[in-house]
Amino acid sequence: MASGYNAKEEDGHHSGAPGNGGAGAAKSKKPDNTAFKQQRLPAWQPILTAGTVLPAFFVIGLIFIPIGIGLFVTSNNIKEFEIDYTGIDASSPCYNCAQNFSWNSTSSCSCSVPFILDQPFESNVFMYYGLSNFYQNHRRYVKSRDDSQLNGDQKSLGNPSKECEPYRTGSNGLPIAPCGAIANSLFNDTLELYYLSNGTKTPVALTKKGIAWWTDKHVKFRNPGGNDNLTVAFQGTSKPVNWRTPVYELDPADPENNGFINEDFIVWMRTAALPTFRKLYRIIQKKADAPTLASGKYVLEVSYNYPVRSFDGRKRVILSTISWMGGKNPFLGIAYITVGSVCFFLAVVLLIIHHKYDNRNSSADIPN
Amino acid sequence: MLRRRLNRLLGGDERRVDSRTIYVGHQPSTTEAFIPPKFCDNRIVSSKYTVWNFLPKNLFEQFRRIANFYFLIIFLVQVIVDTPTSPVTSGLPLFFVITVTAIKQGYEDWLRHKADNEVNKYPVTVLENGRRIRTESEKIKVGDVVEVNEDETFPCDLILLQSTRDDDTCFVTTASLDGESNHKTHYTVPDTEKDLDSLSATIECEQPQPDLYKFVGRMYIYKNGQEPDIRSLGPENLLLKGATLKNTLKICGVAVYTGMETKMALNYQGKSQKRSAVEKSINAFLLVYLCILVSKALVCTTLKYVWQSKPGQDEPWYNQKTQREKESNMYLKMFTDFLSFMVLFNFIIPVSMYVTVEMQKFLGSFFITWDRDFFDPEIQEGALVNTSDLNEELGQVEYVFTDKTGTLTQNNMEFIECCIDGFQYKYRNAETELDGFSATDGPVSKLLEKAGKEREELFLRALCLCHTVQVKEPTGLGQDQTDSIIGPPHEQRGFIASSPDEVALVKGAMRYGFTFLGLESKKMKIMNRNNDIETYELLHVLNFDPVRRRMSVIVRSKSGETLLFCKGADSSMFPRVRQEEVEKIRMHVERNATEGYRTLCVAYKKLSSEEYARADTDLQAARLALQDREEKLIAVYNQVEAGMTLIGATAVEDRLQEEAAETMEALQGAGIKVWVLTGDKMETAKSTCYACRLFQRGTELLELTVRTLEDGARKREERLHDLLLEYHKKAVQDALPIKSGGSRGWSKANQDFGFIIDGASLSMVFNSPESSSSRYKNLFLQICQNCTTVLCCRMAPLQKAQIVKMVKSSKGSPITLSIGDGANDVSMILEAHVGIGIKGKEGRQAVRNSDYAIPKLKHLKKLLLGHGHLYYVRIAHLVQYFFYKNLCFILPQFLYQFFCGYSQQPLYDAAYLTMYNICFTSMPILAYSLLEQHICVELLLDNATLYRSIAKNAMLRWVPFLYWTVLGVFHGLLFFFGVRFLFGNPALQDNGQVFGNWSYGTIVFTVLVFTVTLKLALDTRHWTWINHFVIWGSLAFYVFFSFFWGGIIWPFLNQQRLYFVFANMLSSVAAWLVIILLILLSLLPDILLVVLRKPRGPHARQRKAGESGVGGAKSSARPLLMRTFSDESNTVV
Repeated sequence: MASGYNAKEEDGHHSGAPGNGGAGAAKSKKPDNTAFKQQRLPAWQPILTAGTVLPAFFVIGLIFIPIGIGLFVTSNNIKEFEIDYTGIDASSPCYNCAQNFSWNSTSSCSCSVPFILDQPFESNVFMYYGLSNFYQNHRRYVKSRDDSQLNGDQKSLGNPSKECEPYRTGSNGLPIAPCGAIANSLFNDTLELYYLSNGTKTPVALTKKGIAWWTDKHVKFRNPGGNDNLTVAFQGTSKPVNWRTPVYELDPADPENNGFINEDFIVWMRTAALPTFRKLYRIIQKKADAPTLASGKYVLEVSYNYPVRSFDGRKRVILSTISWMGGKNPFLGIAYITVGSVCFFLAVVLLIIHHKYDNRNSSADIPN
Repeated sequence: MLRRRLNRLLGGDERRVDSRTIYVGHQPSTTEAFIPPKFCDNRIVSSKYTVWNFLPKNLFEQFRRIANFYFLIIFLVQVIVDTPTSPVTSGLPLFFVITVTAIKQGYEDWLRHKADNEVNKYPVTVLENGRRIRTESEKIKVGDVVEVNEDETFPCDLILLQSTRDDDTCFVTTASLDGESNHKTHYTVPDTEKDLDSLSATIECEQPQPDLYKFVGRMYIYKNGQEPDIRSLGPENLLLKGATLKNTLKICGVAVYTGMETKMALNYQGKSQKRSAVEKSINAFLLVYLCILVSKALVCTTLKYVWQSKPGQDEPWYNQKTQREKESNMYLKMFTDFLSFMVLFNFIIPVSMYVTVEMQKFLGSFFITWDRDFFDPEIQEGALVNTSDLNEELGQVEYVFTDKTGTLTQNNMEFIECCIDGFQYKYRNAETELDGFSATDGPVSKLLEKAGKEREELFLRALCLCHTVQVKEPTGLGQDQTDSIIGPPHEQRGFIASSPDEVALVKGAMRYGFTFLGLESKKMKIMNRNNDIETYELLHVLNFDPVRRRMSVIVRSKSGETLLFCKGADSSMFPRVRQEEVEKIRMHVERNATEGYRTLCVAYKKLSSEEYARADTDLQAARLALQDREEKLIAVYNQVEAGMTLIGATAVEDRLQEEAAETMEALQGAGIKVWVLTGDKMETAKSTCYACRLFQRGTELLELTVRTLEDGARKREERLHDLLLEYHKKAVQDALPIKSGGSRGWSKANQDFGFIIDGASLSMVFNSPESSSSRYKNLFLQICQNCTTVLCCRMAPLQKAQIVKMVKSSKGSPITLSIGDGANDVSMILEAHVGIGIKGKEGRQAVRNSDYAIPKLKHLKKLLLGHGHLYYVRIAHLVQYFFYKNLCFILPQFLYQFFCGYSQQPLYDAAYLTMYNICFTSMPILAYSLLEQHICVELLLDNATLYRSIAKNAMLRWVPFLYWTVLGVFHGLLFFFGVRFLFGNPALQDNGQVFGNWSYGTIVFTVLVFTVTLKLALDTRHWTWINHFVIWGSLAFYVFFSFFWGGIIWPFLNQQRLYFVFANMLSSVAAWLVIILLILLSLLPDILLVVLRKPRGPHARQRKAGESGVGGAKSSARPLLMRTFSDESNTVV
């Protein structure tokens, strides 16, 4: 409101001294003749018409359908084998373990699940464990971690973030390392695979390297004070409540895979997106002469430590080969084929409409 | 403002005293103890803030806005309650908004401070104890004697004490106060001392009041020991702040009102805030989204507790609650959960939209100021934008109310013809004016052919003498000799007069050889055709007033004859002249009036010496009368101006503005109804309307004027009633069936009617007895709405506003626009939705109160059809797009709650949540909303009908809103579930590694950012380099930012959620494939729609405009495949 008032004032004075303003001042008032100010910037004015869109639709259709078929075939060629070893049914081998679970028992319960592979698995086989109805994406859970502690920060080791509550300090008052609900609930079933041939159990070699993201393993996760003596480094901390062993004994055999940089631990720490998920457990390297996993009988030896029945969960082991597009998932292939076909179909329909429409127009124009 | 209120309050205290006493020059008048009374200083304060109170005051004002307050609440909830997103996510945008607004307002206030300072520090001269002291305007105190030079404005309200003019007068223009650009004469206080130093006087006057034309006071002059002389003071002694001294070298005056107590400051009324219809739509949409938000939060909260009630879900062994959570009250928990969901979804209501809309309006208005098409070389000025809030309203105008004089017409009077004794004289070689003048055998010889020479000369002398025109004196004192009387061409002689008509008449007489040379000490000099100088003694001027509608002069010629010349409107002149002359002149006058000219009749009368003596004494007596001076004067005037002889009549043309007709035609073509509101005569106004093609030959005129009302012996009220009913039947009822017959009907139905009403009839409609008033108003309104053009003549300014108000509040509340140039248009300019001022000749009052000011009427066309249309489309798209992009932003987050146990887990990282609206998607839409030209301006101007396509807020109605909302929902669902199905197997990398929840969110977010940006790209019809830069730049920035954000372990973050998530995502072929697929699929419906819609190219548009809308719709609706062969063969044959 006040600006209007001012204008009055200014005006009065301007008119009061008309000689001073002169032509110079007046001239500068003329707007600049720039393309921008005159809204005349050179512009590209694309007009989407049937003429431009139709070929695009055809092209999309023609590209998408082959991609989709390729994806679909690739996905179908991926071999996947899934075993549920939760032990819900009384008949299942792990039923007893599932029933008699208690956190206090020091010895682990073992069960072996036999299965038969009908077809041999070529190339590298990836062994996943899968959990269902496990809300790793629950907010309380997701935020319950301290990344700076996991990054080897001494201060956070001794004084973990408050987000870790109620898994921040142990009953003895010492800080928990690694703190938080995620770490505390680390998947601790041990899975071993044996090939049964002629009554002999041959263990299948499982590689535990390369299951976590490279950057996680080498940058994001670091042991406090380097990898030299983890026992010392973790002094003054207590193990997570539900763990059997402290963090520096996760893999005592391999210092490159112990403590925070244990790959199983790192994989677990990457929280899953959905309540039903799988996580990479081991890799079965390709053999030079024979299929990675020949068809035949196998036994999955489980040391059953991880309770899921309380929340109605399921545990699975998945053996899968991997293609360039990842694991088996027909969705992408189907989606591409569908979208490609829709585009193609639309293109055809539009072409007909366009053709007719154009004809009518031109014929209507002739009499004029 | 506060200050002023305070002053008012103080003033209120003072007012009890009822008057103030001022000691002129601060000299104690008597022996009494001199207590200087306290008055406010001469500082003008229009700024709102000071350095100290800026922050608290500005913040307070900003948080009074409901949107800001909402975001503040969200922010506080985030701070207090444990919410899924950090307070930064909403705090940062809010901080951004507040800062930007504060900077803008601070800048504006700084400008005000600057302007205040300019005024307050303006150098003035104060006389103090005989010395002249240069000081600053703000230091003037009440009682100071101030000296003002020619062409300076008065720094405060002054009582005129002394003038350098001989006749103790000074001339003043009050153009900046009331818009009257003529020179007004003010008088010094009679018989004051010439030596101001020795003047000892006090002034007693009323307390400040806003009426510009009222002032009552007394001056006591003390002369050593004698009884004080008392002089009465009136408005003619008061020089108002803001007025400018003209034609007077120097004056001295004593300050009576200063600073915020000056009449000008008191007169200033704040403009009420105008809000655009778009803003109302935004608020409505906002409400819908608020409902969506609340219902989303409610649904989630409810489902959360349903879900938790199942055993093992709420607190599984792996995810225990903290002690505090366990202890907290369940209902409190529910409430905080609800709030948490609100916070999680609050991004659905876009904070940044307010910023972007504000910025769009602010920056967008520059394009109007920058437009060279609005530049007028004559006044060296372009358009002016006073309010940037209404840019888009310019595209929504349904009614235009225009003033006539100065708006439709130029207010540039030109003498067209005259008639002397019934003979017509036309002067029509305007382009060679100089030649016409110098060649004595040109028009002059033509002149000689008709009426008698004596009559002609008498007529021309009358034109030369009967006026109050002044010859403009050369400004420099030393340049006197250059303006010798015979020297320079007389056409360039400057005349100053209170009305442009008078100048036109004097100039007209000059063309016929009689030049008015000026008035010198009561002697009027004119140069006749033979270049002889005739001198007349000016005895009396009988001033013009609107009641008498005429003015006269009494002069004495050299030969001793005393003559009275009178000119005035025909209606006031005819009864006062001898009737036998009237008829032959009347014919001319009426013909001229219908041609749109302004006519005046000229008469004279010889006064015998006795007659003059009597008139002289009467006049003197009346002038000196203390009571009823006005009435007495008028009585004498009437007595003197009687029994005159009519010599002739003049016709002066008020030329139409450039391209007035084209502009009006374009407006009507755009479906805008044009109403002309003028104070002028009906005939003149009507002819202007015809000239502007507002009325066409086929237009049937419905007249509701005093003339039609005074038909027969019946009472006016009855007649009014009958006429209204009759017109209503004609214009409304009969038109209806045609209207409903088809959509092409509107042009047919309305074209035929034009409505004319005058002020008197209008007030009858408005002020008729209670019962019928609303009925009449209704009828009147309905008639008016069915006419293409309505002409209201003889309007008072207030009536203009009344009409605007009536239309504004009628059904459907149409958007109104008022355009005018004079102070009398201010009321309607303020009343209408959009007020436009023309930088015309009648001062700047209209410009100052307007929202937009343009130099000429013709610019209105581009302002509405070009800028208005574009701005509307831009902002409408902006608003819809904003709601859309935030809907599809937040919908996946909502859907994710169903998969994460309703735990308020955000899908996206906090950085993405914060940056989405600020950085990733804000610039393209801003660039779009500033640069988009979906149809180029030339085409918009050529096809006025295009304006109709956006009429009635077409792009912000519920249907388009629904379309955008559905689109947003569709996109949101697609993004979420597309990725959801992909994550059926989270092993998406070719090394078998799996993706987690942050990868999920990042993929959705990437698809979202790309889709939303490309959707805008798809809608962009006008790709300048800026659009390219901003659209591709935003996408590149997103990618760059994601790499950057995920590339470093950020020391200040608790969680490194996104560490290398983006890079890993890009290393997965499946992620690429799903991103491409989803983007394409989302854009598919839009592309399809573009193709299926009628082709939009310029040619198609034109064709569409050519053919009727019905035909087009029909043909496209017709099943194409059903067209048979025979059908086609028909058309071929």
